[in-house]
Order: sequence, then structure tokens, then C-alpha cells
Amino acid sequence: MSMFLHEARLKRQSIFDSLFRNLTRVAAFSVLVLLAAIIGSLVIGSMPAIHAFGFGFLISPDWDPVNDQFGALVPIVGTLITSGIALLIAIPVSFGIALFLTELSPRVLRRPLGVAIELLAGIPSIIYGMWGLFVFAPLFADHVEPWLNEHIGVLPYIGPFFSGPPMGIGILTASIILAIMVIPFIASVMRDVFDVVPVMLKESAYGLGSTTWEVMLRIVLPYTKVGVAGGIMLGLGRALGETMAVTFVIGNAHELGKSLLNPGNSISSALANEFTEAFGELYTAALIELGLILFFITFVVLSLARYMLYKLGQREGKAA
Amino acid sequence: MMIDLYTRRRIANATGLTIAVAAMAFGLFWLCWILWTLLDRGLPALTPMVFSQMTPPPGSSGGLLNAIFGSLMMTIGGTAIGTPIGILAGTYLAEFGQRGWLAPITRFINDILLSAPSIVIGLFVYEVYVVHVKHFSGWAGTIALAIIVIPIVIRTTENMLRLVPSTLREAAASLGAPQWKIISFVTLRAARAGIITGVMLAIARISGETAPLLFTALNNQFWSSDMDQPMANLPVVIFQFAMSPYEDWQSLAWAGALLITMSVLTLNILARVLFRQKASTH
Repeated sequence: MSMFLHEARLKRQSIFDSLFRNLTRVAAFSVLVLLAAIIGSLVIGSMPAIHAFGFGFLISPDWDPVNDQFGALVPIVGTLITSGIALLIAIPVSFGIALFLTELSPRVLRRPLGVAIELLAGIPSIIYGMWGLFVFAPLFADHVEPWLNEHIGVLPYIGPFFSGPPMGIGILTASIILAIMVIPFIASVMRDVFDVVPVMLKESAYGLGSTTWEVMLRIVLPYTKVGVAGGIMLGLGRALGETMAVTFVIGNAHELGKSLLNPGNSISSALANEFTEAFGELYTAALIELGLILFFITFVVLSLARYMLYKLGQREGKAA
Repeated sequence: MMIDLYTRRRIANATGLTIAVAAMAFGLFWLCWILWTLLDRGLPALTPMVFSQMTPPPGSSGGLLNAIFGSLMMTIGGTAIGTPIGILAGTYLAEFGQRGWLAPITRFINDILLSAPSIVIGLFVYEVYVVHVKHFSGWAGTIALAIIVIPIVIRTTENMLRLVPSTLREAAASLGAPQWKIISFVTLRAARAGIITGVMLAIARISGETAPLLFTALNNQFWSSDMDQPMANLPVVIFQFAMSPYEDWQSLAWAGALLITMSVLTLNILARVLFRQKASTH
């Protein structure tokens, strides 16, 4: 009798077990469904534009809603250039911050300073945008851009990139704001990967008489280079998709100027500005195709980032 | 004049380290500048009216009550939908994900979704929901926010469950507890502080998100508690008011910006303090 009851209870528990396991499995599977649905819906939504313009969409600089002529070249180039310049600024600064936090900072300050940098990542992007538009851009237009015009604008080769009307808003301003936004992401990944370097390795170098700087450049950086590259790619992924901060300061002009001081456009800011006001099927479809392109680019970049960080993790596992 | 090798190395070292200190100062400088601007412009605008009146038409005074309410509703809704899915999926990855193809792929896709551009999430919800019901709505905004919550919660849940020592699971199993009981009453409970931290970080993240709400919840100038209608929310109101030429709109935007930033930063700090306290008692 009690044997029988016991068995029934066991059976019930094993049913609960498989129910629970399958419930969690469905939840995990829903992530895959979500990705498939995102890609699928964007492809379906952009079909009219894909049919109308084909491959030429990627290389055409036209953006003429009135005559239904659309091309993605200007926003794509704007996205790539702003993210590229942002990385140029952010990489050395992030390296400096990570070096400071792992090697130089007094132990007491290490945590609060690390948190402060992470808080910089927590500030919503719309705040960066507002601050950029109302505080940073006017100062930039009054003090920095005239100086750039006078001193760098006259140089051969790079001059044309830095000459133009000092309006404050434009590609360069957007890039600088983006740089400030991605610094915390890159810096915290760098700090985390620098921390995995075996202490023995660093102490051996110090023991041979290396300076802190040499240990960083010759021991820590080579050991963690895959992880550092992963962190940079992660920051790049952030920069490419960043919307609000860029929308405020890039100027939203569909033109391909040579100067970095000119207003431009990026994929995400074109979407933010035009999507709710788009009229007609083709206009909407062209904007959705922009979104698809953005998703594709960030997908590739983030995949690379994850692959690199995974490689570093693997080696760490082997060493341990 | 020749500088000997030793001096040269010392100079290189000093230069490098100075640059590192400068980089740290550079990072902190922007943080302080942005926070100072927010306080400087937001505090004077933060009157009691902000919390008691609706968003005004241009040229008259008003507050942000409907936007604050809308933001709260959608943030709570998004968290309520996203958290259970995220915890379940994270549990799968940590507890059942040792073999099979599903776990590694999910982990990879999840890490990508974690940093995917949020504006694309907005486009997606527009395509699959707004187009079909033919109007912007609070629900659409809630769904978009939930999609952003899910990957964050999955990641922290998995990480936190992995920190739970296996001896705890083995002890429960040796007492004869079935697996669902082990996970829900032992491991998940042991990882509770970490998971709550993750949820708080997710809330912090979505309460400032603007891009996914532009095409989903849009905005509403009036009080509306109907989730099936366009809904006012702080980020979109800030965007619209800050971009406008009207001065009272702009100052309301600064008040809203201060509110959002303070709540986001408070959540971030609280989450860290909570997690640290829990971690130090172990």
C-alpha cells in the first residue's frame, strides 16, 4: 500500500521534472525564434525596396522621398565613419583607463573608480544626445572648430576633412559623443581581460627588471590581445547601433560632404527621424531595409567579438 | 647627447603611466560634466508641477505626469513579461545546457541580442504588431521593452546559477528531491541576489530606452491609462521637447532628463550594493 503510494508520487515528480525541463527549453528556444522573427520580419518589410532597387540600393547616394528614389550609401558611410572615428578616440583612452584600474590605482579607489566608469555606460543615450546638442556642440563650434579650420584645415591631404562651417553639429561631434559612450564598454572589457593574466607571468617580468609600462605592452597586451580585440569589437557594435545620441548631433543631412565638420546622417538616426513620418510603401520599405543592413553589420561585428572573447576564455581554461 | 637605455625606459614608463592617469581623468571628466549639466539645468525645472500636470502644448506651463505614468506602466509591463522568460531560459542554459545543440547556439544568439541596436527591436515590433493592429500603443512599447529585458536577464541568471556550488545541488539530490524542486527551491534561491541584480540592471537599461519606443508607443499629449492607445513616456517626450524651439518645453525636457538619469543611476548603484552585500556574506 505504502509502496504503491510511493511509486505514484515518484511518477508524479518525474512528470513535473520533464514539464519543468521542457518549460525552460521552450524559453531558451524562444530566443532563437526571436532572432529568426526579427530577421524574417525585416526582410519581408523591406521586400518592396529590394525589388525596386536591388543591389544598387547599397551604392546609390540618392535619397529623394518625393520621387521615390532611395539609396543607402550616405547613411551607411555616415554610420561607418562616425563609429570608426569614435573607436580611434576610444581605444587609447580605454586602454589607459584599464591600465590605471588594474596596475596603478590604489586598492581603495579601484572599486569606486571602476563603478564610476560603469555608470558612464549606464547614462541613457538620450541624455548624451541632449547634453551634446545643448552643451557640447555650442562650445565645440565656438572654440574647437575655428581652431581646426585655421590650423589643421590648411594642411595638405588631411586639410579638407577639417575645414568647413563651424556649426557645432556634424559628423565629428557625433563621433566624439559616440567615443565617450563606448569608452566604458571597451574599458571594462579590457579591465576584465587584463585581470585574467596570471600574476606569475607579470611578476616574472617585474623580477627581470621590467617597468610597469613594459609589462603592460610586452606581457599583458600580447597575452590578452584576442580579448582586447573582442572588447573593441563589442564597443564597435555599440557605436554602430547607437541611435539617440547621434540623432541629436549629426545634423541629419542626406549628403556626402568631404569635411567631417559637415552635417551627415547615420542609419539609426535616419530611422529615428524619418520612420514615423514616412509616407508611401516604398519609403517605409527603404527605411526598413536600412534597419536590415544595420542589423546585418552589427550581427557580423558582434559575432566576431564573441568569437574572440570565447577564444580568450578557452585559453584561460587551458592554462588553469 | 645620448640618453642611456635605463633613463630612456624610465621616461617611457613615466610617459605611459601619466597618459593612463590622464585617460582615467578624461573618463571621469565627462561623467562629472554631464551630471553637473543635468543638475544645473534640471533642478530649477524640477517643480512640483512636473509631477502634477500633463505635458503642455507649446507656450504654456505644464508637467510630465502622463509621461512619468506611461514610462512606469511600460517599464513594469516589459519587466513583468521579460523576466520570467529570461529566468527560465537562463535556467535551461545553466542547469540543462551541458549537452545538445540548443544551449551553445542560444548562448551565442543571446549575447548578440544583448548588444543588438535597440532601434531594430522597435522596427521589429512595428512590423509584427503595430502594422497589424494599425495603431501605435502602450502594449507595443511594452513588448519592445520586454524583448530588451530578456537577453539581460538570461545572461545574469546563467552566470549567477553557475556560481552556485554543485555540492548544494548534490546535497538536495541525495535527500531525494526531484530536479524541479532542486532548481526552484535550492539553486535559484541561492542565486536570488544575483538574479535580482540582473533584473534591476535590466530595468535601469529599459527606463532610458528611447529608440524602441519611437515606432511603438509613440507619444500622447494627454492622460491615458489605456495600454491599447498611444502612450506618453519620458524618453520620447524628452526627445520631442528637447528638439523643439520652445523654451518651456526644453526646460521640461531637462527636468525629465534629470529624473531618468537619477533613477537609472540609483538603480545601478543599488544593484551593485545589493550584490556586493550578498556576495560578501558567503
